[in-house]
Amino acid sequence: MDKSQIYARLTDIFHDVFDDDSITVTPELSAKDVDGWDSLTHIRLILTVEKAFKVKFSTSEIGKLKNVGDLVNLIEAQAA
Amino acid sequence: MNPLYSELHWLPRAPQDFSARLKALASTPAPLGSELQALALHALDVNQLTRLAKAMGRARAEGKSLDPLSPFRLAILSNSTVDMIVPALEGSAARHGIALETIQPPYDQVAQEALIPNSMVNSSKPDAVLFAFDYRSLPLKLTLGDEEAAAAVVDGAIGYLQALRNGIKTGCNAVCIFQTFAAPAEPLFGSLDRALPGTLRSLIDRINLRLAEFVLASGDVLLDVAGIAETVGLAAWHNPQLWNMAKFSFSDELIPLYADHVARTVAALRGKSRKVLVLDLDNTVWGGVIGDDGLDGIQIAQGDARGEAHLAVQRLALDLRQRGIVIAVSSKNTDEVAREPFEKHPEMLLKLHHIAVFQANWNDKATNIKAIAEELNLGLDSLVFLDDNPVERGLVRQLLPQVAVPELPEEPAFYARTLAAAGYFEAPAFASEDLKRAGFYQDNAKRLNLQKQVGGVDAYLASLDMTITFQPFDATGRARIVQLINKSNQYNLTTRRYTDPEVVEAENDPSVFTLQVRLADIFGDNGMISVVICRPGEPQTWEIDTWLMSCRVLGRKVEHMILRELLEHARAAGIRKLVGTYKPTDRNKLVVDHYAKLGFTKILEEASGLTRWELLTDAEGPEAAPMKVVSLFAPAVEGSLV
Repeated sequence: MDKSQIYARLTDIFHDVFDDDSITVTPELSAKDVDGWDSLTHIRLILTVEKAFKVKFSTSEIGKLKNVGDLVNLIEAQAA
Repeated sequence: MNPLYSELHWLPRAPQDFSARLKALASTPAPLGSELQALALHALDVNQLTRLAKAMGRARAEGKSLDPLSPFRLAILSNSTVDMIVPALEGSAARHGIALETIQPPYDQVAQEALIPNSMVNSSKPDAVLFAFDYRSLPLKLTLGDEEAAAAVVDGAIGYLQALRNGIKTGCNAVCIFQTFAAPAEPLFGSLDRALPGTLRSLIDRINLRLAEFVLASGDVLLDVAGIAETVGLAAWHNPQLWNMAKFSFSDELIPLYADHVARTVAALRGKSRKVLVLDLDNTVWGGVIGDDGLDGIQIAQGDARGEAHLAVQRLALDLRQRGIVIAVSSKNTDEVAREPFEKHPEMLLKLHHIAVFQANWNDKATNIKAIAEELNLGLDSLVFLDDNPVERGLVRQLLPQVAVPELPEEPAFYARTLAAAGYFEAPAFASEDLKRAGFYQDNAKRLNLQKQVGGVDAYLASLDMTITFQPFDATGRARIVQLINKSNQYNLTTRRYTDPEVVEAENDPSVFTLQVRLADIFGDNGMISVVICRPGEPQTWEIDTWLMSCRVLGRKVEHMILRELLEHARAAGIRKLVGTYKPTDRNKLVVDHYAKLGFTKILEEASGLTRWELLTDAEGPEAAPMKVVSLFAPAVEGSLV
């Protein structure tokens, strides 16, 4: 799976999780840019991503995430 | 993780246009309840449930009606993070016909919220409080091998829960829903944990047992979370990473399952559990097609793997019938061909006398299922339809969306499990009447036949040799009274739902006149069939707050006899006027003329269809019907009825 496929899939996930179809998913996108991206929605997002890409993140990996770019790197590392 | 449970396999997959339909709700004219329920009737994941709950929230904020969903206010007390669960609860409740409003106090404020009378929970007057605790909320300390100390720990935990309950009962008198506790997956000794007093496993086992006994005795409601966790497996239930990160007390993947269980419990409290199981025959009740394979060709024998799968369906149906669920048949077959296995096949567990309505013909199934509902005098939303054929399932779902139609897997061995997992017949309590109910409906079919033979209604009624018994509410009848109040939809003038504590209140209030009515006849005892509550209105006036009747006894002039009894007690209490209200719902058109037929005068008619009626108590009332009357009222005590 290449980066563009991951971003396409993530876009659907973001729309679903945040109930907002206008979100454009970019590497720089982070919690401060999205309405309703609080710590709880963050967990729902991570859990949805884990399920969709069939990956599992460690607690420290989740703790270090700064933006979508970090998340995509994590997915890429695990999803062969 | 078994997907039957984690992905709610009895529900159809979410449709492709789920998002579009959610968005369309914004411009859909109210009421939105039916479309919300239609959307909820899919196997939705947490994100989809959350979006559905948001759409409901937006509709509410705009003042749009969510009818015909029944409103229910649920407060949630928890020691864990429930923020992700709450929207899932609201979405799942819509699936079960409930417009759920949740009251969610701040995190970990359990004791304060329960015990302080004007706390957020108590002052919000919820219909019910869910004690969504897991074992980590309890003061559990290991007391290995020390029987006495273990007993003290169990007492302490139960005492804590009872204290919280008492706080809620005093503070707002809501129904209390207690959860059993899922034991952690990590053993200490190993197998010995189960046996040795004072291990976590042993303590939790005992607490669950005590809690179950306590709930059964107190009239509270149990949500068997330990049972759900056992079913999916403790290792799947608990997710230590999520507990550490966010204090989720169980795996996010099981939120839809948990939420559906809470929703069915709440729906059951509102009388929305299903009452009838309609069975397809070919490849559902037996393997093969009776019309093609013949009596010797169908698979139903013990020892035959395929046959045993279908026997399991029959056994489940019989067990359900034993607890009061009515069994009916809808099959595309020639009638006598379809009946043959029931009459002649030695391995069949189901016999014809178990089946209340047997519809085997070549009409489409929707038509047949409608006929079954009509014959049983029950709404379509009382029915569950089990059919192996996806085409038939789709047709019935499309034409009769009120009927519950579980998806079934390819493998018949899992039919029974799938039906049971769907929880259509959830019951918060069990009344002894339930044991007889399936029989009642069947007797009723016999009575209808007799009616046809006898011809004249009065002659028919006289031939039934009926005895009607009147009594005020009492502890013995209470479970059934609460059940009738919360279940009766059709013969129900005001559809007011009351909880167990509210019924006790009416029972104990000397200014309130309560009536429970039983009817017996030549075919047997019908049990309690009617409930009336009159409250003081204007001076010398009784307001008929509740008048409902089981449809089993329609057309028996029971309502006439009830009015005669009412008038007698009203006069004895110095009451001059009875005032009744008909409040229309989408289910009670049956009684739109109830008061007119009984000789009341209309005094008000609102645009909503609500009508008000009065009758002076010096009126003679309706003519007596041919039945024996037994009135078990204690002699009027000073100040009670006078």
